[in-house]
Amino acid sequence: MRPFTFERATSTQAAVKSAAEIPNSKFIAGGTNLLDLMKLEIEHPAHLIDVGRLPLAGIEDTSEGGLRIGAMATNSHVAAHAQVRSRYPVLTQAIVAGGSGQLRNKATTGGNLMQRTRCVYFYDSTKPCNKRQPGSGCGALEGLNRNSAIFGASHACIATHPSDMAIALAALDAKVETLSPSGQVRSFAATELHRLPGETPDIETHLIPGELITAVVLPPPPKGGQVYRKVRDRASYAAGLASVAIAGGNVALGCVAHKPWRAEKAEAALASGSSSAEAIAAELSEASNNGRNRFKIDLIARLVPVAIAQANGSQI
Amino acid sequence: MKTTITVNGESRALDVDPRTTLLDALRETLHLTGTKKGCDHGQCGACTVLVNGTRINSCLSLAVMHDGDAVTTIEGVGTVEKLAPIQQAFLTEDAFQCGYCTPGQICSALGMLQEVADNWPSQETEDLMGSIRLTDDELRERMSGNICRCSAYPQIVAAIRAVSGRPA
Repeated sequence: MRPFTFERATSTQAAVKSAAEIPNSKFIAGGTNLLDLMKLEIEHPAHLIDVGRLPLAGIEDTSEGGLRIGAMATNSHVAAHAQVRSRYPVLTQAIVAGGSGQLRNKATTGGNLMQRTRCVYFYDSTKPCNKRQPGSGCGALEGLNRNSAIFGASHACIATHPSDMAIALAALDAKVETLSPSGQVRSFAATELHRLPGETPDIETHLIPGELITAVVLPPPPKGGQVYRKVRDRASYAAGLASVAIAGGNVALGCVAHKPWRAEKAEAALASGSSSAEAIAAELSEASNNGRNRFKIDLIARLVPVAIAQANGSQI
Repeated sequence: MKTTITVNGESRALDVDPRTTLLDALRETLHLTGTKKGCDHGQCGACTVLVNGTRINSCLSLAVMHDGDAVTTIEGVGTVEKLAPIQQAFLTEDAFQCGYCTPGQICSALGMLQEVADNWPSQETEDLMGSIRLTDDELRERMSGNICRCSAYPQIVAAIRAVSGRPA
């Protein structure tokens, strides 16, 4: 790990101010992904700002009938929260599908959103990766791309976002709240947090330098059933190959794009009376593949109707 | 960087390079070598300790992030003279071969049993609104962050099963 200086943030305002003023600084909360990447020297911040003790861990009802989840609430606490379990079960299911008990106890809501891809070329510093080293190329394009994107990829990057939690947030129409160094508070759709890779896959979110996620806000749950389904190589503690979150008529797909993928074509088809198989076929008509990830297209085509049936309470 | 951590009930004042993980602080600075380093990347669970009663991977946390925290390592669970019930259960059930993963398995199991007592759900929990029943599927799922290269899993399950439902 390369040397860095370390600061215990005394307030949210002080944290974003430091982040804006000190070059190559990063926030750290749980640290489960960032420290892993720092040990591999894929991440090498000069300064860490510990925001983990900031009073942003609360989970409270909103006046609109939704739920506001502080950015420092741990994954475990969110998954176990009575309101989340009863009104947003897709979020509990998504969170407990990710990581291990130890990781979920440390990982935070904000940090989960900011975690980075598990693409093997991103992790292997002897291989080209435009995300890790802009301009070096993409090893995955013609390489080990079994877990690469089938939606929204570019010739520069076909990596996927690894979060399970974020897929449920996308289906629930969650919003992200942030504080920027200027003191501005922003609120925007969780699906607008992450970018598609385009020519600059190293820039992963729409956050400005120093901007800190302070909360995730859930609107009242949509009418209808909810479920999260994840397919992976082993039964537990493994990244997904494909996942889907259903919340009412909303469908979000995981492990298929550089960001949580709202299947808007499928949603529109469902809303107009198409079968779930027809609806997901409409979405997949624009899927691409690089060879080894071709199976994801069939996998999603089979997974989504099963999940929709489960959310609707049907026999499967 | 100055950091004070209560380790196994004793306040310890540290002055460490910020890069020092909690795991390395325990092993290298405080010479508590019961906590093991396996993968050092959060994949094996050998480094599991309890922080304020909650299990975490000590390899994926910096010591300087734990100022004021209370850490319990395997040395704080029991002693050779006075084994904790879960330690005795691991002996009785022969729940290890080489023993390298065992401190992490035991600390993880203690944290896991508290999570069950607190009714935290897992992906094996079908009824999110009901009371958690610690079936073997639940137990295995909740312990999936701890790898045993010797594959003593059936005995580990038996040992944890032996102490579940009563104070560990």
